[in-house]
Amino acid sequence: MTQYDADEVPQPDPAPDTGETAWGAPADAPETPPAALTPADAADAARLVSFGLQPKLLPARDVEYADLLRRYRDEPAFARLADAVAGGLGLVVLEVSTRAGMAVAAAEDSVFAVRMGDYARRASADSADRFLHGLAHLAIAAMSFPRPEDLADDGYIGRITVNGVDAFVRQACRRLEERAEQDGENTDPVTDAPGLESAWRVYARRSATGATKDARRLAGSTTGIIAKAVTFLVDSGFLQRTGDDAGGAYRTTARYQLQVRDMAGTAAMAELLELGIVPVSDGSASLLPGEETDDLDLVAEAGLPFHSG
Amino acid sequence: MSRSAPFRPLSVPAPTLCDVTFSAPGAAAPQLNGHGRPAPGPAADEGLARRLRALACTAPLHDLDARKANLAGEYGVYAMAEVALAVIDLVTLNMDFDTGADHEEIVAKVLPRIAAQAPDRPAAEHERVARWVLENLINVGSVDRGFRAVYGTFDTDGAYVRRDYDFKLVEEVPGAGGTVYLRATDEAVNVLVGALDTDVTSAQIAAEVKLEVLISRGRLADAQLAAEQARYRTVQYAETLRKTLEATRRNVRSVDWLRTVPDMINEALDHVADRYRHENAILTNIRKARDEAEAVDARTGEHKRRAAELVDIVKDCIRRHTQLQSRLLEAGPLFRAEQDRQAFAAPAARTGLDLYGQLVAPVLPLPVEQATRVTDAFFARGTGLRTPAAVRVADLVEVLLTPPVEREHLGAEMPEPDLVATPDDSRFSEAQLDAATALLALPADAPRRLSGLLAEARREDPELPYLVALLAVHAASPPVGTAYRQGEQQLLFAVDDGTELIDPEFGGADLIVGTALLDAAGMAADRSEVA
Repeated sequence: MTQYDADEVPQPDPAPDTGETAWGAPADAPETPPAALTPADAADAARLVSFGLQPKLLPARDVEYADLLRRYRDEPAFARLADAVAGGLGLVVLEVSTRAGMAVAAAEDSVFAVRMGDYARRASADSADRFLHGLAHLAIAAMSFPRPEDLADDGYIGRITVNGVDAFVRQACRRLEERAEQDGENTDPVTDAPGLESAWRVYARRSATGATKDARRLAGSTTGIIAKAVTFLVDSGFLQRTGDDAGGAYRTTARYQLQVRDMAGTAAMAELLELGIVPVSDGSASLLPGEETDDLDLVAEAGLPFHSG
Repeated sequence: MSRSAPFRPLSVPAPTLCDVTFSAPGAAAPQLNGHGRPAPGPAADEGLARRLRALACTAPLHDLDARKANLAGEYGVYAMAEVALAVIDLVTLNMDFDTGADHEEIVAKVLPRIAAQAPDRPAAEHERVARWVLENLINVGSVDRGFRAVYGTFDTDGAYVRRDYDFKLVEEVPGAGGTVYLRATDEAVNVLVGALDTDVTSAQIAAEVKLEVLISRGRLADAQLAAEQARYRTVQYAETLRKTLEATRRNVRSVDWLRTVPDMINEALDHVADRYRHENAILTNIRKARDEAEAVDARTGEHKRRAAELVDIVKDCIRRHTQLQSRLLEAGPLFRAEQDRQAFAAPAARTGLDLYGQLVAPVLPLPVEQATRVTDAFFARGTGLRTPAAVRVADLVEVLLTPPVEREHLGAEMPEPDLVATPDDSRFSEAQLDAATALLALPADAPRRLSGLLAEARREDPELPYLVALLAVHAASPPVGTAYRQGEQQLLFAVDDGTELIDPEFGGADLIVGTALLDAAGMAADRSEVA
């Protein structure tokens, strides 16, 4: 369940050779381990988890938070206790560090999990809306970390704009449309079978924006859907607003990278594999629809063919 | 719907889907194809499908005229399809590289045509019609803000399938600063110019060849039509290029910079150079035609007017080409900067998941049903967590009974500005200026020496000579450009013929001050040509 990364998480075993000055010298560290854990320790562990539940809180801004993080790092027993508290609440610990704080994510059945129906009311009734809201989140992540290296590099900070994400997805849709046209394929969906319509068409035919009576963003437009997603991610402590240009500019936080890398990305990949879509072994597979389409060929360098799973 | 309410009822909601069904009744098909095998194969069917789609694009325009009867009030007098075409025209012509057309601008520009259709109706009604037509072209009522037509085709194994064709005519795009602009879609442009399913480049060349022929034969009316078509083509061409450049900016690797794009840019630059030469030649020819065609009777006068309009159109084409060219020249440096940013960064320690290549790209072609499973999985784990609210019943009562906060419509109150009267520290009074102007209002055929003017001014007011001297010195470099632009009838000027000024207060040259009459009509003609 806890799938934190060996490179990221301060190891419970004392590692004085790391030479990190920020942690200070743990003067009393040798004395504490023998002492049995008390209810006060449990309270502290729960307090640390509660800090983790406030994703916008930065350890650097809160002395108590920073102290508890230091304790997590230095006292293996306390760390185990905090992990257990988190696990019991239905949380997955992604990383515990000064940069990300106590980064926890909600397990699927947790009370902390976000449900699509609560997120957008229309989404539960309308399958197209449901897809568009999900795709918006996926596209924001893809724009935030455009290359595999960006997602892997801890120091990377992604920058996105609302209009940029929209344009990016539209571009991808347009490419699919062009390819379908070249293949002479009729992509117009069969009437009365909305589930069989290609996903890109659903996005392409939704308008990008629209004038409203009160000058707010049209909620049902694609930029409206993306703006809703980024606002939500800001509240999750995953993005920070940096400006107003191009529909709103944002940069990513360490937590978002962890969440996408360790939770969302893998989960979506697993789902895709289950659909039998991604050929795991080699790249030259069904996903490359016609390599002769050499104009604006995205597939060539954009990550396909897949390397091993 | 009450007939008395002024505005609301006008926005009769457009049908969410503009259902245009072309399919033949199902019973007819088997009779025509005796053995149950469809006579038209998929290839023949494709052409039919293309034409059905083209036909569908015109349906919203017909629909406007059909639905105007449902509006509260007498709107039968307005030709809605005509207004709609005019709107699409305006939007297309106002589309530039970066932005589209502004809502209000389009409404304002289409008003004269609507007013001409029903001159005795109030202006407010004209505006309502303009907005109604524009809203319906966007199809504000539907969530996609687009149209859908249903048509039928035979698929590869001969089964008859009904398909949905989704299209837009005018779409709204985000502009700078959160504004919303209008753009005419490719479908709209195609419907508008009536050149369905044609290649952009070749269609442009064809249009211009046609134009040249027409001009050489003196058929200016047709020439104007062809020139306008050429302009639509130009806009369309620029739009295609804009999209490609935008993709480059987002992801260098998404575009083939080895061959495709450089080829395309070269092609486009050649195209611009070619068109530029071509259009300049046309411009020269039409100008000649315009100037040679003497307005002796009504017919040649009409020719002259059309030629003048043609000059405007071709000039607009040239302007657009210049704009296109500057964008094309920026493309190379943009690519290099993006490549620096994207490709030459330090290599990462390890490779990870490729979100685009491994998730977004494979998901988009899937049927939406399957794609939703993937996006749902991402959503469930990628949105973060929310702490559920735990409310005590006692608090709940209070929360529920609290009246909702009223939304602020007007924002904060503006503070009353504290205005301070600035002291009038002008050197000369208004009366003095009037006196000086009167003194310098010389007849065109009688210029005077500055010395004489100064002496006369001194007799009226000891301060006045300073003002007269000042005005005279200014007149030594008369504002010819301003007078030309503003179409002035006359202009004060001063010339130095070498005579020295003998005056108790001033020194320098004894200027000759006079008034030059300007040929206002001639200048106006010149101006309209240059503009």
